[in-house]
Amino acid sequence: MKSNHNSQPDAVPAGSSRRDFLKASAAIASVFVAPGVMLYQTSIARSPDQAVDSTVRWGMLIDTNAMTEADVDKCVSACQREHGWKSTGKPTDTQWIRKLDLLDLETGYKKSLPMMCQHCEDPPCVDVCPTGASFKRADGIVLVDKHTCIGCRYCMLACPYKARSFIHENLTDQLAVAPRGKGTVESCTLCVHRIDRDGVNAVPACAEAVNSANRKPMVFGDLNDPNSEISRRLAKLGAKKLRADLGLNPGIRYQGL
Amino acid sequence: MVDQTRYSELKVNSSRYWLILGVLAILAGAGLAAAHYMDVEGHHVSGMNNQIVWGMPHVFAIFLIIASSGALNIASLSSVFGKLIYEPLARLSAVLSIALLVGGLAILLLDLGRPDRLIVAITYYNFKSIFAWNIILYSGFIVVVAAYLWLMMERRMHAYSKPAGIVALIWRLVLTTGTGSIFGFLVAREAYDTALLAPMFIVMSFAFGLAVFILLLMASFKLDKRVLGDCHLQRLRNLLGIFTAAIFYFVLLFHITKLYGTQNHGVEYFLLVEGGIYTALFWLFQIGAGNLLPLLLIYLPALKQSRVSLVLACCLVIVGAFAQLYVIIIGGQAYPLNIFPGYEVSSSFYDGVIGEYMPSIWELMLGLGGFATSIIIVFMIMRILPVTPEILPDDQASGITS
Repeated sequence: MKSNHNSQPDAVPAGSSRRDFLKASAAIASVFVAPGVMLYQTSIARSPDQAVDSTVRWGMLIDTNAMTEADVDKCVSACQREHGWKSTGKPTDTQWIRKLDLLDLETGYKKSLPMMCQHCEDPPCVDVCPTGASFKRADGIVLVDKHTCIGCRYCMLACPYKARSFIHENLTDQLAVAPRGKGTVESCTLCVHRIDRDGVNAVPACAEAVNSANRKPMVFGDLNDPNSEISRRLAKLGAKKLRADLGLNPGIRYQGL
Repeated sequence: MVDQTRYSELKVNSSRYWLILGVLAILAGAGLAAAHYMDVEGHHVSGMNNQIVWGMPHVFAIFLIIASSGALNIASLSSVFGKLIYEPLARLSAVLSIALLVGGLAILLLDLGRPDRLIVAITYYNFKSIFAWNIILYSGFIVVVAAYLWLMMERRMHAYSKPAGIVALIWRLVLTTGTGSIFGFLVAREAYDTALLAPMFIVMSFAFGLAVFILLLMASFKLDKRVLGDCHLQRLRNLLGIFTAAIFYFVLLFHITKLYGTQNHGVEYFLLVEGGIYTALFWLFQIGAGNLLPLLLIYLPALKQSRVSLVLACCLVIVGAFAQLYVIIIGGQAYPLNIFPGYEVSSSFYDGVIGEYMPSIWELMLGLGGFATSIIIVFMIMRILPVTPEILPDDQASGITS
């Protein structure tokens, strides 16, 4: 016991050095490993300097059978909160995403679905824009360059989906993620700010609002990756492209129509 | 053959000239003020909205642009097709053409959401856009016609006026094709989406431009107490009749083509039967007042010598032009997009319903301001340059009826 007792003073320094060793190891590990983790995360996203490329094509699959009217309303509200737009029902109000109610007059069949920019592979809005302000990114997202849009509204005439809005009034309280400007045209950006921040882990605000652990009526992902969830679901169940007759190959697909 | 016509500046007395110019300047100023107001407040003060994105300013602008192309007809007939009877009128035709285009472009520019970005519009080009092509075609046309006018006016260079006339003729045919194609290329809109709009716009330009030209000719000659023989007027009258009949033919063909395809029955039923203001404008003002009535006024034997009937016919052709452009531009947008064929569609964004539009006073002021600007330019050039023949008697016309 004594010896044990005597050994105590020895034991304390020994235990202390073990702790020091563990601390030091943890510090060294964090110095070397953390950047690796950070690098991994930034490789999922994208550095602000890095250009997007066409290896990815972002798209969204909307299962209209799995969506209730309340879900569609949630999509719209989430988009409004995310981008800071609102609609009071005036014909001059902006709507980036809207709830469309369909009624089959022959059968009485009803359906509601979210409608927004379809992010076409061959977008007519981009074709007709005189200044090139309306453009498609290499990863398939169709956007409006706020600095070169002259507000001619020709893209709105050309869009087959009525997806674009013209900003008719002065704006206040804009959000940093969605710069907007009176006299220019705007539409759904597919939450491009989230995509640039989170990469393959991104979820647009509308999808985030309706998806849960149990159900996923809106699947966002890479249409070019055959192993992505969106591609696998498309391969298994198929989906409809709106106005497929126009051959625009939209990135938004609908199931259950 | 050297042009023997004597031209001179308008000699109308000063007070009358300045009075006319003053009234026009007030209209042009009001147009500018309206554009400024829409720019500061935003387009919500106009009648336009997210359903009807192009409104009354575009009706005025496109009228002036295609009338500009047609106004050059007289010069083309003289320089390119050798119709020497029109040679004395060729200069005035070119002046009117430039002036109408400037007025039309001013309206288009001032209606932009960001008119301050003119420099962007002329430095960033998307060459797949027919709109971008039109920016080049319109500005190039002003240069081409100005050069053509100079070659016609400078006797030493007169020989070159024919090649310049050919260039201007081809240019304006391409230009009006481009203007018609602004709508013709819109594949998603059922009221458009046809190449027929391009030749239809060309024929419309011939009639609208000529109607404005005849009115300008008669008004300025009367104002300046110059002699205007019946021979010239009869020729112009016949031309107007042919062009008006040709518009009628194209409109008929347009609607029959659309009606043949079942998928377009909805939009045709809307425009021709149940479209309210658009249907009324189509039948009463475009077809009735704009086509059939002018044809009667032009060709009825009892009225054939009447100058009043000619003036009336020109005015009615212009009324019909506005009705036709209103139906094409605004009626075409009012009909909803058919995204889900077979379904009745509704939303808070006015899907599935006829778009509502009522032109605001600001849009009318802008449109009239552009028109007034065109007439100001014409009168100013006529006052300072010798573009108007001093006399157009019948005996001068009789010998050169080729």
